[in-house]
Amino acid sequence: MNPITRRKLIYGGAAAVAGVGGLAVAHRLAKRYGLIPPDSAGIYGPGETLTYACQRLLTVHTPAREFPRSMISKNPFANAVAPPNDAFKRLQAGGFRDWRLVVDGTVARPMSLSLADLKALGLRSQITEVACEEGWSYIAEWIGTPLSSVLREAGVLPQARYIVYTSSEEGMWGSIDMQDAGDPHSLLTMGMNDGDLPVPFGGPLRLRLPRQLGYKSIKYVNRITATDNIKKFGKGLGSVDPEYGYSWYAGM
Amino acid sequence: MTKTLRHPGVVRVTHWLTFIAFIALLVTGGEIVISHPRFYWGEVGNVNTKPLFVIPIPSSRDTVPTSYNYVMPDQNGWSRALHFEAAWVAVLAGLVYGIYGLWSGHFKNLIPERRDWNWRSYHARIAKYLRRVPPDPAEERSYNVLQRTAYVVVIFVLFPLMIWTGLAMSPSFTAAFPWTAALVGGRQSARTIHFFASGLLLLFLFVHVAMVALSGFRNRMRAMITGYTRDSEESR
Repeated sequence: MNPITRRKLIYGGAAAVAGVGGLAVAHRLAKRYGLIPPDSAGIYGPGETLTYACQRLLTVHTPAREFPRSMISKNPFANAVAPPNDAFKRLQAGGFRDWRLVVDGTVARPMSLSLADLKALGLRSQITEVACEEGWSYIAEWIGTPLSSVLREAGVLPQARYIVYTSSEEGMWGSIDMQDAGDPHSLLTMGMNDGDLPVPFGGPLRLRLPRQLGYKSIKYVNRITATDNIKKFGKGLGSVDPEYGYSWYAGM
Repeated sequence: MTKTLRHPGVVRVTHWLTFIAFIALLVTGGEIVISHPRFYWGEVGNVNTKPLFVIPIPSSRDTVPTSYNYVMPDQNGWSRALHFEAAWVAVLAGLVYGIYGLWSGHFKNLIPERRDWNWRSYHARIAKYLRRVPPDPAEERSYNVLQRTAYVVVIFVLFPLMIWTGLAMSPSFTAAFPWTAALVGGRQSARTIHFFASGLLLLFLFVHVAMVALSGFRNRMRAMITGYTRDSEESR
């Protein structure tokens, strides 16, 4: 048979203590270095946390993949969006001259920027891929102002831990951590493939986050809010996506 | 009637963890495919691109053209969450198993013996299966060349390939390691390989369970759960 010997008991006990102790230390360290996502509760929390923490550590210094101009997709696909509301239609009729991006929260200088104001902060162009969680993808050139330029202009306070962004589309909002916010590829996008960003692709203003799946790149962004407490927003899960079962962190 | 240790504890625990994770990955993976049952080769692909092939099933997205006039319910949210959580279980179990296998010499029982590294051995063993010759005593304690090859392919080729092609679809992971996508031909190629490799793993599961059933289901299951076989039943 298989008697439980004293040696087995000691080894097993030591392994269990080491395991529990290791988990407790790992959890404390993860918490201190911001490696726990806002939607870490529930049965999928361990998986979400492991993925987020590991990918955060891997991507500290790595921007998204960029592609040569020859790889730009001839026929990019614009996913379905809800029909625009009346306010959006009025702004569209005016050529989006009155579109405003409100910047507020834990910033030294809250501001309201027109598209021209945004462009004046400096444009950047990058050829990156949109990868949808469903499986499809396309590559396009995106032209816009890095989110980090806007945050610098507004003077984000050091206690800020997340940047919340909101769409003119009802109920659409998300957030990213400061590492993503500081990535030069996190682009407040106004142009696509040498033209204005078309409305079906998120025009006039879309926050393109190429290190995450497409659903994080919310269309029609009209407000960004720096915060030290993500729990105050919505149901406290970091974005609207977890309310539908989708992960807050979509780097995977 | 004596009892012999057939499978050590680490192998048993990681085997069943991997089994549970694999079933979860299979179901949720299928669920995710339904949202876009089209496959491509290269870096990009979408409904405006010519597909490599299309699975003739309805989709859970009305943006995907299918030959069905209805849309399946969207199950991607929990499916994705469970897919990645199960992937972590499989990867961590695989890590423990791999370290144990190297440390204990367990893999020596799985890698085909040096004298079997030729087509004749495979040919002879297939012929033996076809003639339904009962296994000889040496094979009962160990694995024959076909079994070893199947296990080696699953453990050292298909599972690593699933992890690789899975990660090659991650926009964050490929930001850190762009070559993981480039080496397999791009993101969509990775997705297509991921799909076919999962098919091969499913095929392995069918054959594996069939062989367990044919060679004495109760005794084999007892061996993988308690670790021990009953010798008197071994030759059933």
